[in-house]
This record gives sequence, C-alpha cells and structure tokens, in this order.
Amino acid sequence: MFEIILQAILSGITVGSIYGLIGLGFNIIYNASYIINFAQGEFVMLGGMIAATTFNVFKINPIYTLIISTTIVTLIGALIERMAIQPVRHADVSVLVIITIGASIFIRGISMLIWGKDPYILPPFTSSEPIIIKNAAINPQSLWIIGTTIVVVIFLQFFFKKTITGKAMRAVADNKKAASLMGIKIERILLISFGFSGALGSIAGIIITPITLTTYDIGIIFGLKGFSAAILGGIGNSFGALIGGLLLGILECLAAALVSSGYKDAVAFLILLLVLFIKPSGILGKGLIEKV
Amino acid sequence: MKKCMVLMIAILLCLTPFATAQQKVIKIGATLAVTGVASTLGDPEKKTLEMLTEELNSKGGVKGWKIEMIIYDNEGDPTKAVTTLKRLITKDGVKAVIGPSRTPDALAMIPVIEETKIPMLALVAGAPVVHPVKKWVFSTAQPNDIVIEKIASYLKDRRMNRVAIIYSADAFGEDGYKVLKNVAPKYGLELVAVESFQSKDTDMTTQLSKIKVQNPHAVLCWAVGPPTVIVMKNFKQLGMDKTMKLIQSHGVANKKIFQLAGEAGEGVLLPSGKILIAEQLSDRDPQKAALVKYKKDYESRFKEPVSTFGGHAYDAFWMLVKALERTDTDNPERLRDEIEKNTVNFYGTGGVFTYSPTDHNGLKAKDLVMIEWRNGDWRLIE
Repeated sequence: MFEIILQAILSGITVGSIYGLIGLGFNIIYNASYIINFAQGEFVMLGGMIAATTFNVFKINPIYTLIISTTIVTLIGALIERMAIQPVRHADVSVLVIITIGASIFIRGISMLIWGKDPYILPPFTSSEPIIIKNAAINPQSLWIIGTTIVVVIFLQFFFKKTITGKAMRAVADNKKAASLMGIKIERILLISFGFSGALGSIAGIIITPITLTTYDIGIIFGLKGFSAAILGGIGNSFGALIGGLLLGILECLAAALVSSGYKDAVAFLILLLVLFIKPSGILGKGLIEKV
Repeated sequence: MKKCMVLMIAILLCLTPFATAQQKVIKIGATLAVTGVASTLGDPEKKTLEMLTEELNSKGGVKGWKIEMIIYDNEGDPTKAVTTLKRLITKDGVKAVIGPSRTPDALAMIPVIEETKIPMLALVAGAPVVHPVKKWVFSTAQPNDIVIEKIASYLKDRRMNRVAIIYSADAFGEDGYKVLKNVAPKYGLELVAVESFQSKDTDMTTQLSKIKVQNPHAVLCWAVGPPTVIVMKNFKQLGMDKTMKLIQSHGVANKKIFQLAGEAGEGVLLPSGKILIAEQLSDRDPQKAALVKYKKDYESRFKEPVSTFGGHAYDAFWMLVKALERTDTDNPERLRDEIEKNTVNFYGTGGVFTYSPTDHNGLKAKDLVMIEWRNGDWRLIE
C-alpha cells in the first residue's frame, strides 16, 4: 500500500506540475485584461507540434528547436490579438473570452489539416532512465517540468511586481481608462500579453511533450486542466497556479490509487468545487473588490 | 467551335449504346471514415478499394462485369454514414455496400440496410453488429471476443495464468474488459487487477503500480492511440517489463504507435491478423500468397506500410466479387444469399472466412497470430 501511495504522489507531482505550468499561461493575459484565454491549451499544443516537427523532420539541434518553436507561437499569439481581439477591444470581457474559444477551435482545425491526427513525440531532455525511490519511480523529465515551473513562477512574480511593463499590465487590467490617461498604450499591452502567453505556452508544450505526446486536439484537455489549476490556486497569482496544479494532480492520482481509477477526475473536481465553495477566489487569490 | 461540339456529341451518342451493350456494370457503394477521428481506418480502406477496382477492371473485370466503385467519406460520424448510405442506395443505385469503418456508424446504418434490402459488408469489429445475426449484414473484422480468446489460449499454453487489464474508459476498452471477464475462467485465467483511464490521460503510473503489486504474469492494455504509448512508457518506467509481459490490443497494430514508444515498445506482444507478418509465414500457409501480393501492391503504390484495416476492405471486396462471379447477376438478394451460403474457407487477410446463416463474421481465434515488436518491426511468435 505504501508503495502505491508513494507512487501516486510522485505521479501526482508530475502531472500536477504540467497543469501548473499551463495554468501560468492563463495568468498573464488575465493580469493584463481579465480575459480568460481559452486558446491557451492550443498554444501548448502548437509549441509541442512545431518543436516535434522541426526536431524530427528537419533534424535541427534541440536549442534551435526551442527558439524556433517559441518564436512562432509567440507570433501566433500576437497575431490572434491583432486579428481577433484588437478590432473589438472595447467589447465586454465575456465577449472577448468567447472570441478566444473561437480562436482555439480555429487553431485546432488548422493544426489537424497540417499535422493530421497522428500523435508526435520529442525525446526526453536528459536520460530516460527513471529515478527509483523506494520502489516508486519518477521520470527525469518531470524534474525538468518542475524546475521550469518554479523558474517561471519566480520570473513572473518579479515581472508583475517590479518591471514597468508588468506594472503597466496590471494597471490596464484594473482600469483601462485611468491607465490610458497615465500614458500607457493599451493596445501594446494587450499585444505583449498575448505574445508572452504564447511563448510560455510553447515552452510548456516543448517540455511536456516527451511525457505526454502531442496530438492536434490535446489542447482541449490541457487547457481545461491548466485553467482548473489557475482557478484553484487563485487566478492571476503565479504561485497559486503552481500550488493549484500540484494539488489537482496529486488529488487525481490519490483518487485513482485509493478510490478507483474510473472516478479519479470526478473525485479531483469534486474537491476543486468544495475548495471554491469555501474560498471562491482560490487558495491564494485575493477577493476582487468591485467599487460601484 | 460549334461544329466541333456537334461532332463530339455525335461521337458520344454513337459510343454510349455500344459501351453498355458490351459491358455489364455493377455499382458497388462504400461509405468510409476517410477523414475524421477514424481516418487511420478509413484512409487505407478507401485506397485498397480503389486499387483493387482499378486492377480488376484493367483485367477486363469478372465474367464480363465491370465494377463501378462509388466511395463517400462519412467522417466517422453516424449521421453522415446514414446520409451517404441513403444517397448510395437511392441516388446512385448501388447493389451492395462495403463499410463503414466504425461500429457506431454501422449500428446507425443497419435499419436502412434492412429496409432497402441491400447486402452490407461492414469493416467493423463491434459485437452488436453481427450478434445476433442480421440478415443483410456481414463483417470482415475480428471482434474482441475472438481476439481475446486468442490471447487467453496463448497465455494458457504458457501457464501465465495471473492476468491484469488496464483499459480506456470508452466503448472499445470497456468491451475488451467485459469480454476478458467472461473468457478468462474458460481458460483457467485469474483476473487479479482491473484498472481504467480516460482516453486523454497523460500518466498511468498510478494505475500500473496498483497492478504491479498484484504480480500478474501478463497485463492486457485495451485502448487505441496515444494513451497506449504512455502505458508502454510507464510500464517500463516502473520496471514491470522485467517480471511480466505487456499485451496490447489489435487496435494498435500500427507501426507509428510503436515508433513513438521507442525502447518501451520492445518485447510488447499483440494479437493481429496475418497481414502484418505475411513474409514470415510458413510457405505452407494457404493465406500466404494472397497476403504477400496485397502487401507488396499496397506498399509499392501508396508508399506507406500496409495495415490490417485496409485488409478488411480487401476481404470484403473479394468476397463480393467472388459472389458476383458465381451468380453472374447484380440482384442484391441473390448476391446476399450467395455470400452467406458459399463463402466457405475464403482465404482473406483477416483469416479464413466461413459464413453461415448463424455466423456472419466467419472468423475463428486460430485465424489470428501473436506478434512481438522487436528492433523496429513485427516478429511472428505463434
């Protein structure tokens, strides 16, 4: 029994850090505009797909692969903002959220035409020999994911709290009019936030593909789980996304180990609902105060 | 210009009566999942039918009959399967139908088939399609019960009697689990662990570690697509490959899947029709000649590895053509009777088919082989 629980926790950390890393992508756009970008899962898929193509087909060095793929997805993120969000930027946030859903369906369709329905994979960054701890195993690639997530969390905390652009983003989210009166170019801030979250999605996609594989439609489930992680931890809070992701992943795996693998998602989401009943703003979220 | 047109029409008018007088044409319809979720099934099926039709017609057809093959894409969607079927029957006037590619599509099409009384050769494996027997419906794919019986007898022969299963929570996986539960006691197998996962899950180590502590001899994985790769990788990651065998279903008899699994795929077993290892069969095997020819034709023409799915279309096509050859009519009812009565020991890619009024699948467990993935290719084991 001990072995199973230990394995469940290790597996939970692996999937949880994946959810957390994806969840972080939601926070950037949210912090700049209060928009939930439902195409975030598709950014992750694109990152993995483009990297797998450049690496497997064109046999390009992994470092270049990472740069190429991240650049392309950043541009796609920016392009979506220019083509779909910018023309209707004065619309209500809920309208913009629905537009991102449209964008996600569009990206998925195009990806299916380009890559077909076959799964793709990338080799693990370092050895593929698992690390064994008391009969339970963890994949070295998981350590890469956890490490990257922590680095990104620290970077984002610094970015939003200390840099001018980060502060400007938060200002725009809080009050567009006031921010623009202060001389912040709102269009540019939105553009940067979409490009930035595209880049982050792409990096996430590249790092997790060696474990999860990637297909044209994997963005749906990644988007959903990443979003849950961000909400559970408190949306907008980078550290929260990490905590939320890990919690969700570990809950899922413990549910599979102790209850039944058939009910694992149900159990995990039930607990997510309970947490949100008690604290609607998420574990680390600060309640949004709306001044009337 | 006008003169030219008149001339052309005149020539056409002269030609048509001759053409129909000399050549009898039978229209055969196919509705397949060429694109969409099951494109890995429908695509090789379509290619196979086109290749065979072309080949047969270029040889002058069979008994003076030319085949006109009309293929529609139903995208693996039951509604579209029914629409295209109705179009084939009422508008195109086909006399027999090949397809569809997926069980749910077939189930949706059956009422139309029974009403219009057109024989259908389905390329699907779902038990409800041919159990109980439907008068107008035949199937050329191996259903789960035959496949699992093959695995069970393989395990029994090797005294590997502790078995576990991990399956995806969908129609295919759940059917596999149900069949195994029924079949296991007959072969003296003990089912020691049962685990499932969602078809989009990205990690199965938790479920596999629960299986591992039960120490089975063999673990069956009943699923299709990317999760099967993750199961293979996790299986190896937990070191389970050292003490037990992983057996995948016939649904992953696909080189691409194993190439993705890399090292983790080494030594994994699976049951399959004989087409994948055609060259490795003994020369005495009566299926060998046809299998090798189909494999070579397909691979040289389409530059991709042959699959069992294209093989199902191959079998359906030839059964129909044989019936046409013997009856020399395109009457749907007589074709159906002929297929049912005189498809006896038909050497197909899926096995040796013998249809009867009580069996519209016609395959036995012995028609399958167990194969192993080794050094980037299939190896025949039994």
